Amino acid sequence: MPKKVVSGNYAAAYAAKHARVEVVAAYPITPQTSIIEKIAEFIANGEVENLQYVPVESEHSAMAACIGASATGARAFTATSAQGLALMHEMLHWAAGARLPVVMVDVNRAMAPPWSVWDDQTDSLAQRDTGWLQFYAENNQEVYDGVLMAFKIGEHEKVNLPVMVVESAFILSHTYDVVDMPEQEEIDEFLPPRKPLYTLTDFENPFSVGALGTPADYYEFRYKIAKAMEEAKKVIKEVGKEFGERFGRDYSQMIELYKTDDAEIVFMGMGSLMGTVKEAVDILRSEGYKVGAAKVRWFRPFPREELYELAKNVEGIAVLDRNFSFGQEGILFNEAKGVLYNTDAKPIMKNYIVGLGGRDITVNDVKAIAKNMKEIIQKGKLDREIEWYHLKR
Amino acid sequence: MVPLEEVKKMELPADVKKKLTLPFEEHFYAGHTACQGCGAALGLRYVLKAYGGKAIFTIPACCSTIIAGPWPYSALNAPLFHTAFETTGAVISGIEAALKAKGYKVKGEDGIMVVGWAGDGGTADIGLQALSGFLERGHDALYIMYDNEAYMNTGIQRSSSTPYGAWTTNTPGGKKHFLEQRPKKKVIDIVIAHKPAYAATASVAYPEDFMKKLKKAQTIKGPAFIQLFAPCPTGWRAPTDKTIELARLAVQTAYFPLFEYENGKYKINMPSPNKEPKPIEEFIKLQGRFKYMTKEDIEILQEWVLREWDELKKKAEIFG
Repeated sequence: MPKKVVSGNYAAAYAAKHARVEVVAAYPITPQTSIIEKIAEFIANGEVENLQYVPVESEHSAMAACIGASATGARAFTATSAQGLALMHEMLHWAAGARLPVVMVDVNRAMAPPWSVWDDQTDSLAQRDTGWLQFYAENNQEVYDGVLMAFKIGEHEKVNLPVMVVESAFILSHTYDVVDMPEQEEIDEFLPPRKPLYTLTDFENPFSVGALGTPADYYEFRYKIAKAMEEAKKVIKEVGKEFGERFGRDYSQMIELYKTDDAEIVFMGMGSLMGTVKEAVDILRSEGYKVGAAKVRWFRPFPREELYELAKNVEGIAVLDRNFSFGQEGILFNEAKGVLYNTDAKPIMKNYIVGLGGRDITVNDVKAIAKNMKEIIQKGKLDREIEWYHLKR
Repeated sequence: MVPLEEVKKMELPADVKKKLTLPFEEHFYAGHTACQGCGAALGLRYVLKAYGGKAIFTIPACCSTIIAGPWPYSALNAPLFHTAFETTGAVISGIEAALKAKGYKVKGEDGIMVVGWAGDGGTADIGLQALSGFLERGHDALYIMYDNEAYMNTGIQRSSSTPYGAWTTNTPGGKKHFLEQRPKKKVIDIVIAHKPAYAATASVAYPEDFMKKLKKAQTIKGPAFIQLFAPCPTGWRAPTDKTIELARLAVQTAYFPLFEYENGKYKINMPSPNKEPKPIEEFIKLQGRFKYMTKEDIEILQEWVLREWDELKKKAEIFG
């Protein structure tokens, strides 16, 4: 299997190329830009055929153009970050509502003001109710694999929904790492050309998409998306398993578990910070802590069942949120707690707000959190539910 | 009602058919939900006639969203994508790109027409950026702005295409004489500033002229734009049987002259006035929306019309 040393962004660009995307409509924004630069380079070098590149005048138009392209039967791809994603918001609903499997990479970046270009998950998590599937990558390899799987999952006849592959600003987007890339023929076997649910080129049976849905019909349209999201869980597992069988990296679990079998305390989080957490788990274990890590790969659909299976056997879960919902709590914490409420799994759960706006999360931070969690479990009582861990005091 | 299959089979006698100036075939079906006398519905019907159903339509939020019919109906015998208000220019760009990527023939006699059909608010206001992007990038598609001079679908609010002195529900006149204060935005000039392959004005009162322009847009390579004057009796507070008369008067008064821009050249199309335009009063007196205008207001509007008309004539003279 060919290996390349690439940044997270180049991994995304290579994956789009290997997925044989047909239309890319995108707009520059740091730290996403090198994805679309690389794709332009593929075109300039004659490395891709039948790829139309639309350098649109805004992210809103990027998503609108991808939607038009996808409705015409093409495999469409774009990438963005933070402000760009927020600008797209309206069209994210549109892509999902029109059941178009557009794939987008969002390079997590903090929302302004104050201006920031660094890592923060609030941009993508603010889009959680748009009907997009969301995959959070821990490393460059997962960015690459995630994009390839995103097309297969989103285009699946039972899903037909758009998919967002999320990577961290700079920590992944601009950091070089080894990425295994299968041969093009192997990828073509895994990901054949798209078979669209509908296409606007059907002149024999012309129809309209997105026409007015009255109160008598709108409700069922929503239910179908809800159902497709549930179906997507099965498809994710199937495709993740197939990916593992073909390429040796298994993604059949929506939550990746790391040393959780006998763990008393589990760190839960998403994205690149989980690499640091795993490192810390190894060190903590050597120091006698029974800890493990649960990396939530798919935030939408949310892995309710897998979370329950994990939670019923642990004493405490420390949820590390690189995001925050003002007036409430960390978003992953909020969701995870909600899932467990109606179950018999009642671990002690504490929310650590970490790394907002790109602040480093180190192994020592995770160790400190482990100590704090251990004390809480010994006392059987939370010191506080939400902790702004790095706060300057 | 005559069943659709029967309508499709209808044939005219050959001698009658020969005299037709527009295609007989109908691709815009009865059952659409336009108001009586709707200029936009007429315009849409002509566009469908011109391309014989071999066009992909994109319609943003506007009256035509409703006119086309609610799910699961469609009055258009052509694929139709409903999209968000400000996105027409971007969506048609994406459709065109996809067609090219997939190897379809775009435009030309046997090619697929990609048509954006948007109102004046969706074009001149909220959709202006996407329109600009579409024109500037040079996509092979046609953008038609049907101009009924206000946000009619939301209930008659002013747009930048509303003329000076007009009543709308957010320029309601009243004691303070709060009518539309600004002249009609010259969207076509903004379009032409992009140096598109083709730009034209057209009117539902002159379907043959409109049809000619639609055909031209089909054969010219690159982006095309048509601003179609489409009276709205509901919003203009005018009798529903005056649509054509109003559209004709708009041309004859030079309020909305018909012209084309192609390869850097301007051409004023007959039946724009070749002598003195008719006074603007003839156009405005048929419409309730202008009834609050004072004599001075009318003079201001008249002066604007003649100044713009003069400018266009000069352009046609210099760049003819």
